[in-house]
Amino acid sequence: MTFGRVLLATVLLGTAVVLQTVVLSRLPLPGATPDLVLLVVVGLALVQGPVSGLLTGFAGGLLLDLVPPADGAVGRWALVLCLAGLVAGRYADAVERSTILPLVVVAGLAAGSLLLYAGLGWLLGDPRVTLAAVARTLPTAVLYDVLLTPFVVPAVMALARRVEPEPAWHRLPR
Amino acid sequence: MRDTRRTRIVLVVLLVLSFTLITLDMRGGDSGPVASLRSFVGSVFGPVQRAVSAVVTPVGEFFSGLGEDERARLEELERENADLRLQLRSSEYAQSRAEELDKLLRTAGLGQYPIVPARVIALGPAQGFAWTATIDAGTRDGIALSQTVINGDGLVGRVKTVTASTATVLLAIDPTFSVGARLAGTLELGIASGQGQDPMELQVLDPQSPLAAGDRAVTRASETFVPGVPIGEVVTVQGTPGSLVRIATLDPFVAFTALDLVGVVVEQPRTDPRDAVLPPRPSASPSPSPSATPGPTPSGTPSASPSGG
Repeated sequence: MTFGRVLLATVLLGTAVVLQTVVLSRLPLPGATPDLVLLVVVGLALVQGPVSGLLTGFAGGLLLDLVPPADGAVGRWALVLCLAGLVAGRYADAVERSTILPLVVVAGLAAGSLLLYAGLGWLLGDPRVTLAAVARTLPTAVLYDVLLTPFVVPAVMALARRVEPEPAWHRLPR
Repeated sequence: MRDTRRTRIVLVVLLVLSFTLITLDMRGGDSGPVASLRSFVGSVFGPVQRAVSAVVTPVGEFFSGLGEDERARLEELERENADLRLQLRSSEYAQSRAEELDKLLRTAGLGQYPIVPARVIALGPAQGFAWTATIDAGTRDGIALSQTVINGDGLVGRVKTVTASTATVLLAIDPTFSVGARLAGTLELGIASGQGQDPMELQVLDPQSPLAAGDRAVTRASETFVPGVPIGEVVTVQGTPGSLVRIATLDPFVAFTALDLVGVVVEQPRTDPRDAVLPPRPSASPSPSPSATPGPTPSGTPSASPSGG
């Protein structure tokens, strides 16, 4: 992790968390809230690779767990988003050949991360996680995240590329 | 794939770290090391959320006003038009805020609740399954844990965590929220609990009680909650008289999707306001119910002692 990457991730994740809690949560949207933090993590991972995806996912999830008004057990979103960053990072070289791939990746990760978060909550005995609540938030979560992808993910990817014009892992022998 | 070994190592480390955090937080509860970490992050991000909220709300109003501008021929008319519309928009916005404050103060006055007013600056994302809100008042404004939070319409929730300048409120519709309730006009006790997006649930302790749709519930006196705060109105009643509990669904008075101005009740009122805070019923009552005949007397209750203030 270079200093440029750390700085970019800090700024983007901090902004995403604040915007998500202050602006997006208060919009009168039915069902889930658009998950800006997930989109930022996916955008960064698609350029920087799986290890970076792991770390930015963990950091973003930890922020989501700690920033008010969060109330669940700290570490749940950290775990879920860290895995999401890993999965997104695996597609880092495939994304240059396809424009629809980010949408598919975001759709899959939005659904997967919500289900994993709910599953973890159920395992930990969280009384808030019910089948009805999950069924209610899952379709809108995927929909909002996919709708927001063309606006957020390419911008994040462009910023990430500017921070490192030649990712070192391209040049290593396979 | 290049670097899978490093990937695996980092993955394992982060997974272990996440599980450790979860375990520490669940065992530490509200006083563990993780809770103090959350409090620290809260004191860092709280002012940021306040600032962004203060900027975003008026800007949203400004833009919705400008969209209606028309193109006039003369430049001065055009500018004057825009200026007048902006003034109208901001005065409408200020007027709606003043009305909210009015309602809150009236409710607080009826119940004699000493309140600290605050604004909601952030809401928890819905896919966290928790219903919480951040308000811009904290320990330096006199807020403490477990204080009741109300707005002009009724019960909003209670304070869950506090930092110096912000506090997290557990909303009444959260599935882990429950409060002792009393049917207005009677002495029937029950427990009202949140159900997320579904209407709240009211369990009445006396299975023989004549509970009917249209009955209204207020908080009852307890150590943490202040008494007499309106909770909601009964919509449907399940269970038959004779079963162990009567369960009803409760439509809350507060619109939780449009929370803006709230008041935190910092001390218990000197006397129990009973039903004084509920508004009087409209004259046409849909179904005559033999039990609860709500007739709140805003000027005090027969059993209340004269205010000693």
